[in-house]
Amino acid sequence: MSAAALVAVILLAPLAAALGCQLVRASRVAEHLNLFASVLVFGAVLWLLPVALAGPYVLLRGYIIVDPLGAWVLLSTAVVYLLASMYAIGYMRAAGPARRRHRFYALFAGFAFTILLGPLMNNIGVFWIAIELTTLVSTFLVGFDKTPEGVEAAWKYIIIVSAGLSLALLGIIFFYWAGSLTLGPTYNLTWETLRVAAPHLNAPLALVAFLLVFIGFGTKVGLAPMHTWLPDAHSEGPAPVSAMLSGALLNAAMIGIVRFIGIIERADLGALPGTIIVAIGTLSLAIAALFITRQRDIKRLMAYSSIEHMGIITLGFGFGGPLGVAGALYQMLNHSLNKSLMFFGAGDAMHAFHSKRIGRMQHVLVAMPIAGALWLAGAIAITGAPPFGLFLSEFTILRAGLAGPNAWAVYVMLALLIVIFIGFLNHFRIMYFGHSSATAATVRWQPAPGERLWCVLPMWLAIVPLLVLGLWWPQACSHYFAVIAAQLASATR
Amino acid sequence: MFAAHLPPLAASVFSLLAITSLLLAFVMLGSRWLNIYLAAFAAQSWLIAILSAAVAHYGGYPELYAIAALTAVFRGVLLPYLLLRITRRLKVNRELHERLAPSSSMVLGGALVVFAFVVAHHVSDVLGLGGTVVVLALTAMLSMKLIGFLMLIVRSEAVSQILALLVIENGIFLGSQILVPGMPLLIELVILFDLLVVVACTGVLVRYLTVHAGTSSTRKLTRLVG
Repeated sequence: MSAAALVAVILLAPLAAALGCQLVRASRVAEHLNLFASVLVFGAVLWLLPVALAGPYVLLRGYIIVDPLGAWVLLSTAVVYLLASMYAIGYMRAAGPARRRHRFYALFAGFAFTILLGPLMNNIGVFWIAIELTTLVSTFLVGFDKTPEGVEAAWKYIIIVSAGLSLALLGIIFFYWAGSLTLGPTYNLTWETLRVAAPHLNAPLALVAFLLVFIGFGTKVGLAPMHTWLPDAHSEGPAPVSAMLSGALLNAAMIGIVRFIGIIERADLGALPGTIIVAIGTLSLAIAALFITRQRDIKRLMAYSSIEHMGIITLGFGFGGPLGVAGALYQMLNHSLNKSLMFFGAGDAMHAFHSKRIGRMQHVLVAMPIAGALWLAGAIAITGAPPFGLFLSEFTILRAGLAGPNAWAVYVMLALLIVIFIGFLNHFRIMYFGHSSATAATVRWQPAPGERLWCVLPMWLAIVPLLVLGLWWPQACSHYFAVIAAQLASATR
Repeated sequence: MFAAHLPPLAASVFSLLAITSLLLAFVMLGSRWLNIYLAAFAAQSWLIAILSAAVAHYGGYPELYAIAALTAVFRGVLLPYLLLRITRRLKVNRELHERLAPSSSMVLGGALVVFAFVVAHHVSDVLGLGGTVVVLALTAMLSMKLIGFLMLIVRSEAVSQILALLVIENGIFLGSQILVPGMPLLIELVILFDLLVVVACTGVLVRYLTVHAGTSSTRKLTRLVG
């Protein structure tokens, strides 16, 4: 199949599913419709990966771009969409009455559609709109339960992120302005035109524009100090939504920053942008470390872990070079797999213990033997311990940093990673092996047979690839990352 | 670039419109009443529509006439109407507990304008455009941005926060009309549409807030911390 047909499948399948779910109004049909769409998307993205490698394709009169970087982000999105769609079936059946469930799946598929849109957009203005659309759809998923906390989280989410994205819009307009001084008043604002024009841009204006864009999209990525919406939104949505927010949405916003880094590196600005990116990444890591150690709410713990990992990915791209880019991209996929697993486990534990408080969760392995074991393995993986994938990617990023001008950040990053390792796993030690009253030990997670499979299967599907990617870095991936790094750095594609 | 070589009359018209829009932002900053916010926002949108038409006339960008008409309809009529409906339903007509009195926030707003001017002055000097209408456009754009953020911070009514976001967008739109009048039409259309969706979504959320969280004041949203 050609790239155009694959893109059509990737975009139209979730859109059709969203409309279908809203029309049929039957929860059983809706959940399978959404699952079917996610399988289609996953298959199409797998197919798209080798197609995209052959070079950037521009479709639909220049509005859609298919390039290796976009395809890679699509892969991590599609993985999370598939796993979360499976998990949602079990989770939502256990969560409550079926009355509004078709609306959940309609929103869920719509949310997937908006996330998949972003990496494919070639026009920077339209890319901004796609990112803004993700906010508008997912706000209603965050507040889906209509609890006071959920509505509060949804409000903070939409206001903070819209304010942040308005900074990005200002930055984009500044980029357009800077470009118009060399390209003439009217031109098509695509990634490629800006890359070509980058060496001729006025340096101070380009720097201001980049900082605005970085902070703006950084808000959506969850980089400190604009991260404050993230723990609220991630902790209040239903667990599959949290997985989508964390594993898919953040990457889709990150691709904007990465593409702007590719542009700004070609402008004549010296080492300053790189240092700023590295500093913001380190700050995110530090904030996450502090909040992880003192956390009492299990889903907020996962949310701060997302801030940590986005900080690490930012550091990878900030260090730059083939090694840094490769590490950051590998980290993206591993984080998507791992964070989905963590949120699924948290969702199961919340259903078992009827609480989000870490202190209420005791003897998890007794309460849910298989899911609990998988969750514990995921917790070890997400702190960056071998033999899982995140160890390899974080190690690669550390190596990339040592070679660059910002080696100080590597030592800070190492120290913070150790703090996070201890802080994060300490919560799990208490939950799994801590002392407690005898009554807590009698809790059993007993989902209905139809739900158990949907709740546990996606956890297996996440942990196995994570282990494989930790033991074996596929040669094909290295090649892919090398191509992406070369395209980000090259003068003309 | 277009704004650097304007006839004196055009430059004066642009300056007048930009400065009046900025003044209207101060009207919002200096009031407690939601109705006044709404009126000031609507007036600001109309001024920006006139600005688009003026740019279309003097710069020779006929497609901007369409943008001017759409701006007037969307931002000048539709959005204020939607917001008016929300405030009516909420039965809230003023800010009750602002964190900063209107007088103090106006002083702070003045300081922000000075800051915006310093940045604008520097940037346009670097570009060799000092002394043109560009300085003023940049100043108005950045000040409205900063004033919008200030309103987000000191105002706690949900509707005021939506309006603060809209002021930020108005500032960006105003600046972009003067700085990059040749920007592709599609982008501006989609951004206009996007604003409408934002207001619709936040409108629904405000209703959720009052029904499920029992308040329309964001100050009382303090359940999620840490």
